Amino acid sequence: MTDLPASKVDLKAVISAPARVDNSEGMSYLQSVPRRMVTLYLPLAIIVVVLLFPFYWMALTSVKPDDQLLDLDRFNPFWTWNPTFKHFHKLLFESYYPYWLWNTMYVAVCATVLSIIASVLAAYAIVRLRYKGANLVGGLIFLAYLVPPSILFIPLATVVFQYGLFDSPLALILTYPTILIPFSTWLLMGYFKTIPFELEECALIDGASRWQILIKIVLPLAIPGLISAFIFCFTLCWNEFIYALTFLQSTSNKTVPVAIVNEFVDGDIYRWGSLMAGALAGSLPLVILYAFFVEHYVSAMTGAVKE
Amino acid sequence: MADVAIPRAKPQMSEDNAWTQLKHNRNWLGFWFMVPAMAFLIFFLAYPLGLGIWLSFTDTRIGRVGHFVATENYEWLWDDSIFWLSVFNTLLYTFVASALKFAIGLYLALLLNENMPFKAMLRAMVLIPFIVPTVLSALAFWWIFDSQFSIISWSLKHLGVINQNINFLGDTTWARICVIFANIWRGVPFVAITLLAGLQTVSPSLYEAATLDGATRWQNFRFITYPLLTPIIAVVMTFSVLFTFTDFQLIWAMTRGGPVNATHLMATLSYQRAIIAGQLGEGAAISSAMIPFLLAAIMVSWFGLQRRKWQQGENND
Repeated sequence: MTDLPASKVDLKAVISAPARVDNSEGMSYLQSVPRRMVTLYLPLAIIVVVLLFPFYWMALTSVKPDDQLLDLDRFNPFWTWNPTFKHFHKLLFESYYPYWLWNTMYVAVCATVLSIIASVLAAYAIVRLRYKGANLVGGLIFLAYLVPPSILFIPLATVVFQYGLFDSPLALILTYPTILIPFSTWLLMGYFKTIPFELEECALIDGASRWQILIKIVLPLAIPGLISAFIFCFTLCWNEFIYALTFLQSTSNKTVPVAIVNEFVDGDIYRWGSLMAGALAGSLPLVILYAFFVEHYVSAMTGAVKE
Repeated sequence: MADVAIPRAKPQMSEDNAWTQLKHNRNWLGFWFMVPAMAFLIFFLAYPLGLGIWLSFTDTRIGRVGHFVATENYEWLWDDSIFWLSVFNTLLYTFVASALKFAIGLYLALLLNENMPFKAMLRAMVLIPFIVPTVLSALAFWWIFDSQFSIISWSLKHLGVINQNINFLGDTTWARICVIFANIWRGVPFVAITLLAGLQTVSPSLYEAATLDGATRWQNFRFITYPLLTPIIAVVMTFSVLFTFTDFQLIWAMTRGGPVNATHLMATLSYQRAIIAGQLGEGAAISSAMIPFLLAAIMVSWFGLQRRKWQQGENND
C-alpha cells in the first residue's frame, strides 16, 4: 500500500465511492494502472489462454486440410488460410456420428427427466413434509453423492446383464439417475427451503392437497432451480463415460464420448482431422446450452456445494 | 340452517376418517414421495455397492458364476506389483493435481473477484473446460501431446529450447506430468468458480476497515479471506479429491494406463482386469480397495461442515 493515490481523479473516486452500491471500483483505486497490469491482467490473460487453447487447437485442426495437418514446416501450424469442411462432411455422412449424437441426446434427456421428477418429489418430502427420519434420509442421499461410478461399474455390469439390459440405451437411462438424483435433490432442497411456509399454509387452509401445493405453488416458484438442475444433469449425462463404455457394445448404440475413443482411433492411422471434428461437434451442443444459461449453471454448481 | 348442516357433515367425516387421516399423515405421504428416488438409489447404487464388495470375495468371471474364495483376491493383489504401482500413481495423481488445482483455483478466484471490464464474460469463458465432456478435451490433449506433431514440441523447437521432439505420452515421467496437467486444466474452473462464489459473500467493508488499520494485501488475505473461506474450501476440496482419486475417463482417453503402467490408476486397472480380462472378482477387489480412501475424504467433508456451523454461530444440531 505504498502507492496511495494523490491525483484529483482518485480523490473524486474516494468521495463518490460510498454513494455507489454495487459495481463500484471498491478499493481498486489504491492500485496504479501499471501495477494492475502486472498483478491482475497478465496472470489472468495467461490462465485464460491456457484454459482455452485446447479448444482453439481442436477447432483449428478440424478445419485444416490433410496436407497441412502433419506438415509443420511448410505451413505455420497456428493458422490456416484454406479451411475445409471435409472432416465434418465425412463425420456426418460417412460414419455413425449422427446416430451417436442422437443416442447421447436421447439417453441424456430421458435420464435427466426421470431424475428431476424423482428429485422434486424427494426434495419436497424431505424439506416440507418432514416425515420421520427426513434428516437421516437427506444425509444418506448426500452420501450417495459421494459414491463414484468407478467403484460401481463392475457390480452394475453384472446387474445390467442379469436384467437383460446389456447393450441397450435403457441400461444407461436407468443407471445415470444414481449420479443425478443425489445432486439434484440437494440442489432442489436448497431452492424449496427459500419458498415461504405461509404460501403453503394458505393453500392448505383453502383445501389444497399436498400434490396440488407441489404442482401449483412450489414448482412454479422453483423454476430457476429446476432449470439449473436440468442443465447440470444434462451436462453430467453427456460427460459420463465409464458406464457407457461398459454397458454398450454395438457401434450404432454408443454415445459420443465412447464412440469417438473406440471407433475413430483405428490402428496407427490417427485421423486427427475427423477426430477433432468429432470432439468439437460433441462439445458444441453443451457449449451453446451453457452460453444461454450461464447464470443457472453457476448457481447449480455453487448451490450444490453450499448446501 | 345450522342444525341441518351439522348432521350432514358428521357422517361424511366418520366415513372417510381413516383415509383422510392417512392422506394427511406426513410419514405416509413422505414415504410415497420418496419411492421413485429411493428405488433408483437402492437398486442401482446401494445394491451394487454391496454386490461389489461381495464380488471381491469371489472368483467370478464374465459369463461364469463365482464361488466364495475368502480373501484370495486381496492376497493376490498384495503380491501384485502392478497393483501397488497403481496405488502409488493414484496417490501421486490425486495429491499433486488436487494441491495445484487448489492453489491455481484460489488464485484465479481472487483475480476474478477484482473489478475489471468484461468481468462477466471472462467468468463465463473460464468455466468452459468444465462444460466440455472430459473425454473430448482429453482427445484434444492427446493431439497436443502427440509424439511427432505436438504443437508444444514445435513451438519449443522454434524458440530454440529443445532440439528433439519431446515424447510426451511415451515417456513415463512425461506421461505422468501430462495427465496431471490435463486433470488440473479440467478441474481449475470448478474450484475457481465455486471459491469465487464464496469470495463474493465476504463483505468489502472488512477489507476497507483492515486497510485503514494498515493491513497489507497479504494480511488481508490471510486474516480475512482465508478464514471466511475455509468452510467452502473444505467442501470443494473434498469433491475435488474424491473425483480426482476415482478418475477414469481422462486416463483412458489419453494413455490407457501406459506407458508401462506408469499412468494406471486404480480405476483404470480395475476396468482392465474386470472388463477386458474378464476377472470380475479381481477387478471388484481393486475398486473395493478404494473405499477406505473415499471414507477418509467424506470424514474431511463432514468435519469441514461442522466447523462451518460453528463459525456462523448457528446451533449445532
